[in-house]
Amino acid sequence: MSHQQDLDITIDQISKIEGHAEIDVKIRSGEVQEVKLKVNENKRFYEQAVRGRPFHTVPQLVSRICGTCSVAHLNCSLEAVEKAVDITISDQSRLFRQLTMDGLMIRDHAMHLYLFSLPDVLGKDSVLDLEGPEKELLHQAFHVKSAGNALSKMILGRAIHGIYSQVGGYSVAPTTEQIQPVIKELRDVRPYVLDLLQIYLDCPFDFRRTTHNVALVSDQYDYLDGMIHSSRGLCVHEEHYGEHLTRVVIPYSQSAGYEFEGMDYMVGALPRMNLNRAALHPHTIRDAKKFISVFPSNNIFHNNLAQGIEILHGIDHALDILEGADFKKEAAVQPAPLPKNTDSTGVAVIEAPRGNLYYMVSIKPDGSIQYANIVTPSAQNQINMEDDLKLLVTEHLDKSKEKITFEMEKLIRAYDPCFSCASHFLKVNWT
Amino acid sequence: MGKKLRVGIFSFTGDEGCVITFVEILNYKIRDWADKVDFVHARVLRNKNDMADIDVSFVEGAIASDKDRRKLLEIRENSKKVVAIGTCAISGAPSNHRNFFDEATREEIRPILQQFQHLEKVQPLNAFVRVDAVVPGCPIIEPTFVKVMENYLKEFGVT
Repeated sequence: MSHQQDLDITIDQISKIEGHAEIDVKIRSGEVQEVKLKVNENKRFYEQAVRGRPFHTVPQLVSRICGTCSVAHLNCSLEAVEKAVDITISDQSRLFRQLTMDGLMIRDHAMHLYLFSLPDVLGKDSVLDLEGPEKELLHQAFHVKSAGNALSKMILGRAIHGIYSQVGGYSVAPTTEQIQPVIKELRDVRPYVLDLLQIYLDCPFDFRRTTHNVALVSDQYDYLDGMIHSSRGLCVHEEHYGEHLTRVVIPYSQSAGYEFEGMDYMVGALPRMNLNRAALHPHTIRDAKKFISVFPSNNIFHNNLAQGIEILHGIDHALDILEGADFKKEAAVQPAPLPKNTDSTGVAVIEAPRGNLYYMVSIKPDGSIQYANIVTPSAQNQINMEDDLKLLVTEHLDKSKEKITFEMEKLIRAYDPCFSCASHFLKVNWT
Repeated sequence: MGKKLRVGIFSFTGDEGCVITFVEILNYKIRDWADKVDFVHARVLRNKNDMADIDVSFVEGAIASDKDRRKLLEIRENSKKVVAIGTCAISGAPSNHRNFFDEATREEIRPILQQFQHLEKVQPLNAFVRVDAVVPGCPIIEPTFVKVMENYLKEFGVT
């Protein structure tokens, strides 16, 4: 097999990293000269759009940044706004937020693992093409997704752009009659998740490049609280997270990239599992021992396995809260009067499905937004993904262009950059 | 097995919440639709997609760049019916914030608009092509989507 000497690869519309992305590869004299990951999702300018808006309207607006992880934008913006206006939410509201995160992780990870990545593992183009005994996986896929959806719907009114959540609390509390079917659905799908984990444990995909891991480390693996840890032992309070990030303008990309402490780094389920697995729910630790023992890992494809473990944790954590729960309707906590001469600022960092999400909002004395800064997980992973792609292409120079293309797509899919990303490899142009 | 409805699912500028809601609808409709609907172009579900001879295209998102516009024309040419799903596709909002920015903010974002060939205004689908039906909501109202799909199953004689 001869090495690729001169080759240009363009993968048009790879993925939705919050929409659309492409990859350009340039190989000259058998050496990789250039690998560009170009995010070309059209900007919608949310940071500009929130300026001047009353602070209590911001969460519903920024929820629209991302359809698939709207719940993460909702919860993170709420926390930032609440910190700015000095609101401490009730214990029940805190449980509701944790439940919405569990629901989000179950639904979103299930979508990625069953609909996007599984076809790669099983050698199919689409999960819809599964036949014979494998077809059962298709139905399990939709059942697991549905359970996560039901959990989010119960708390938020709907799974995408939830309506019951507001600054300071929730306008509706679920009744016992509403909770029971959700408990049943979560219990019903739990065995499917263990089967799914086995598939990903058996999967031989392997790509390793040592990189920095960054994740929020919390006592109960709840995605909302805790300190930000790095694999090099750094520990940062969320308020100061922004100071450790460097925004990198990538001229060919519509999304900025980020460096942590001046280095490329990864956020997401794999870093969370590497840094925080001891805090998983005891039932998850009991039943998923052999899967958890794979970590710490620097195999990017173990991001899939980590997501699967988080589905199980989401189920166990949610069942713990819901069994025997008796929620009451509560009034929302009201904000303190805003200071007259100075802006009020709040910072929040939470773990969205694809990694940590950062919000900083600054509110003027009249209650309108002065400034907002939002850093999303897929933007943070952009440089790391590109660096991975460079090494991957180098390692596969003796392979055919089709093989290199497929390996690049597979690698990007393992990151789960944003929902539909996974299957957005529409067309490959060879020039 | 009889004829299947050839369906396309497309996404333009927006948050993809409507396509995601479509995938959530499959949670309870996949068994029913599996024998009736062929998702011939749905990048959320498959890699190999076919743009030719689509019966019904469901399109989410607003049109923000010239690339969006050209792609939308291609979809229209290849589809018997085009359905705008969600408020971005129907009215442009909420992906059209920038249409309402003041002059200073417009100046701030101008370099990005120029660099990536954005259109002067973010527009709904019907600013460029004929739209045969709509599914409103942000994200789409699930029963309305199901109803539109089932109406087309009847109209195209798929049973």
